[in-house]
Amino acid sequence: MAAMVPALTIENLSKVYGNGFEALKGISMAVQQGDFFALLGPNGAGKSTTIGIICSLVSKTGGRVSVYGIDIDEDFPGAKKHIGIVPQEFNFNQFEKVRDIVVNQAGYYGLPRELAEARADKYLKELGLWDKREVASRMLSGGMKRRLMIARALVHEPRLLILDEPTAGVDIEMRRSMWDFLKKINAEGTTIILTTHYLEEAEALCRNIAIINHGEIVEHSSVRDLLRRLHREVFIFDCVGELPETIPVSGFVTRRIDEHSLEVEVEKGQAVNEVFRQLDAAGIEVRSLRNRANRLEEMFVTLVEGAA
Amino acid sequence: MSPREQFVAFMTILRKEIRRWMRIWTQTLLPSAITMSLYFVIFGSLIGSRIGEMGGYTYMQFVVPGLIMMAIVTNSYSNVVSSFFGSKFNHSVEELLVSPTPNYVILMGYVLGGVARGLLVAVIVTLVSLFFTDLHIHSYTVVVAIVLMTSILFALAGFINAVFANNFDDISIVPTFVLTPLIYLGGVFYSMDLLPEFWANVSKLNPLVYVVNAFRYGVLGVSDVSLPVAFAMIGLFTLAAFAYSMHLLNSGKRLRQ
Repeated sequence: MAAMVPALTIENLSKVYGNGFEALKGISMAVQQGDFFALLGPNGAGKSTTIGIICSLVSKTGGRVSVYGIDIDEDFPGAKKHIGIVPQEFNFNQFEKVRDIVVNQAGYYGLPRELAEARADKYLKELGLWDKREVASRMLSGGMKRRLMIARALVHEPRLLILDEPTAGVDIEMRRSMWDFLKKINAEGTTIILTTHYLEEAEALCRNIAIINHGEIVEHSSVRDLLRRLHREVFIFDCVGELPETIPVSGFVTRRIDEHSLEVEVEKGQAVNEVFRQLDAAGIEVRSLRNRANRLEEMFVTLVEGAA
Repeated sequence: MSPREQFVAFMTILRKEIRRWMRIWTQTLLPSAITMSLYFVIFGSLIGSRIGEMGGYTYMQFVVPGLIMMAIVTNSYSNVVSSFFGSKFNHSVEELLVSPTPNYVILMGYVLGGVARGLLVAVIVTLVSLFFTDLHIHSYTVVVAIVLMTSILFALAGFINAVFANNFDDISIVPTFVLTPLIYLGGVFYSMDLLPEFWANVSKLNPLVYVVNAFRYGVLGVSDVSLPVAFAMIGLFTLAAFAYSMHLLNSGKRLRQ
């Protein structure tokens, strides 16, 4: 069986802005069809420039970009039909009504009015904006505005959805419901590329990842492989009784946070069971256990600081 | 995009534009009706009655074509400049830029949105003028052709202004300091015959002279300039403005980073 063309292929992509700033230094990466892909990096790393080039808001200096096998230099309109973009900043007319924004966007993709209206209604309902359809978009909350941009990006039913920090400034409940929605459309076949500052989000949603820093890709692998390479995890033990000043756990780096909380570093090859055994032997009962920090975040910091 | 899809995209832009200026009709349609009524009362009736004839017609009959054309020019221009700059300012222009809509369709959508407003205002102002004078059209062909060409030309000029504008001051500088003087010096209120030869020749560099006189010919049958020359000049300016607008869109200058 012939191999499927990637949803997105980037080869030696470079961008030098008018002021001489080199935002991208010849990056290459591929995103397979059906993937849920995270593009991570600190502010100014080149994430938004990359996305801007893919959807034609930024002109590239060099390199090639293909969307579902269509080279943007040869047939950009053809490539654009496959792309839905949810930008970082709100970029709709704040005086337009919610439904009009989505219906008009469908029109720009050539969808006849009747189909455009049916699609707009479908996505406004799915994203919980149906009750607000006749409201001027400026009246929406921040989370609703984000969902409006998702509905707008999906109205032509693209095969590749690109979201640039879609949950920035969104409350936890809204973020979770957005995650569920994105998982659903990914399961239905839409390839998703996500940039985010919430690394927990990338870990929860994405299968593959690229980390970009100073305009270069410093990591490009699966989230699972990346996490497997972690050498150390930090756990917080919440104990029932008062902890002694000297912690009765040997073989681990420990720190007493307060009278009930204990921080333990578990190196690769060590077992958390051993900590439990030693605490149990000392008569210390553990009420709960949690991971101190997001694991991916630690890896991210290591990679980005290492490249700095 | 197939031609059918392009037509859908064009109609979407045009519909959005027309709905925009219809929604704010008190800012887009009403002011022209009021301003032109004042012109008719002051220049046509009050002062005009003391001026007597000009070009073989009463002063009111003489100024009406120029005033209608003035309304078309300012409305076509200001519609596109404010709408396109607004979409640039709030970044909603990105909705179009990320879509497969071809650049010429984007340009046509905005320009015809401005033309539609210019034409509706022209109808309103013409109806208002009927309260002050009788209008007999000398040549419907010339009237229709010149109205369309002029509104397209100034809608394109508004588009170019919008692309270059960085803030809201920039979209009022050209109408205030360029367009308005050119209109006033374009023979709306006087015949070129009244000017000394030198200034009459200088006036021929003003595109509004051709616009106003060609339209006046269509309405009254009199003109200070040759009709073929007027059409050629307006056509030339329109082609140049269209080519430059397309260049701006294709190069992405001031629209894409």
